[in-house]
Amino acid sequence: MSTTLGVWIAAFLTLCILSFLYKDNPFYKFAEHLFVGTSAGYWAAYYYHNILKPNLYVPLFKEGKLLYIIPLALGIMMLMRLWPRIGWISRWPLAFIVGTYAGYNLITYLQTNALAQVKATLTPFTDVSRVILFVGVLTGLIYFFFSKEHRGIFGKAARVGIWFLMVAFGASFGYTVMARVSLIIGRMMFLLKDWLGVID
Amino acid sequence: MRHQIPLIITFVAGITMIVQYFVPHEPFAALSQQFRIWFLIIATFAMILGVGNIIKIHVERISRARPGWGYSVILLAGLATTAISGIGWGIQPGTIFFYLFWNLLIPLGSTMFALLAFFITSAAYRAFRARTAEATLLLAAAIIVMLSRVPVGTYLWDRFPIVGNWIMDYPNTAGQRAIMIGIALGVVSASLRIILGIERTYMGAGK
Repeated sequence: MSTTLGVWIAAFLTLCILSFLYKDNPFYKFAEHLFVGTSAGYWAAYYYHNILKPNLYVPLFKEGKLLYIIPLALGIMMLMRLWPRIGWISRWPLAFIVGTYAGYNLITYLQTNALAQVKATLTPFTDVSRVILFVGVLTGLIYFFFSKEHRGIFGKAARVGIWFLMVAFGASFGYTVMARVSLIIGRMMFLLKDWLGVID
Repeated sequence: MRHQIPLIITFVAGITMIVQYFVPHEPFAALSQQFRIWFLIIATFAMILGVGNIIKIHVERISRARPGWGYSVILLAGLATTAISGIGWGIQPGTIFFYLFWNLLIPLGSTMFALLAFFITSAAYRAFRARTAEATLLLAAAIIVMLSRVPVGTYLWDRFPIVGNWIMDYPNTAGQRAIMIGIALGVVSASLRIILGIERTYMGAGK
């Protein structure tokens, strides 16, 4: 059995969360609230050290780059949302975020998620699998095209598209389940090996 | 001022990010780089806003002694300890922050997600009925992929990993790719609507 305090804390919290399998209880609620609190604190510290400090604090206060007063002011304006009376001020930084993100995504999504995917699909049909891939992408896209009624040949193609989408959803589900199972195996290994030491 | 200026800001920021791709020269290259940094800074303040909201809600819950206020104390204590230790003494190995990360956040996070394995399985048991051809396909694909990833699958049929990989590489890729292209086209049209000021819901209601 482990003699490290950190392992005992981790084991206690693991058991608190797993107790939810029986029913909702105070131990689970304790662990759940602690998780939310520490997560928020973690991200606050992480963002401070990785974004605010190198991108705002150092350039503005150490290097004297006054241009950085603009993002600082916009950032403070964002916090105005906490006070409903002056909350409308937060629209300015929000507009900047939305505009930058929209402009950036328009190009990147078009390039990586549309054009690159189409290019990867239109490869020479050297084997049956590649034909299946092409048919799957084409019919899947037909299914997502709602400007034309899904009837006749178009409807049949859309139906084939649904089959491919169903296989994709099933495969993704199977993958997700396996990922979760590997997590539970990890937690069990931690309890039995690192904490109790009953297995090698 | 409350509506026009945000629309102008959105338009200028959006257009700058698009133009810099086609004209990778000054002033657009430097401007877009600057905008990206500003974006990160403002997004961090948005995260601070989220933390502020959590604090506001739970302080209110404690001050009014609402049911379960004790849990709010635990939440705020966890938040304050992690944030103050991280910001004050750093986040590198050997610090209090790292100790909390390793012994609190990691076990809590992984057990919370591991718990989903049970709920996902029970939900699948109730929802996955081979009533239609589509549902059967979904069920079969899920079972094959799961069996192809565990030793018992190979024990039952040695070709399960090959079939599982083929499903992942071709029909699954085809479906995912169709979704990705669909999303990309949706993002392009939504982005254009936002930049041109047609879509304004992000500003929220009110004057």
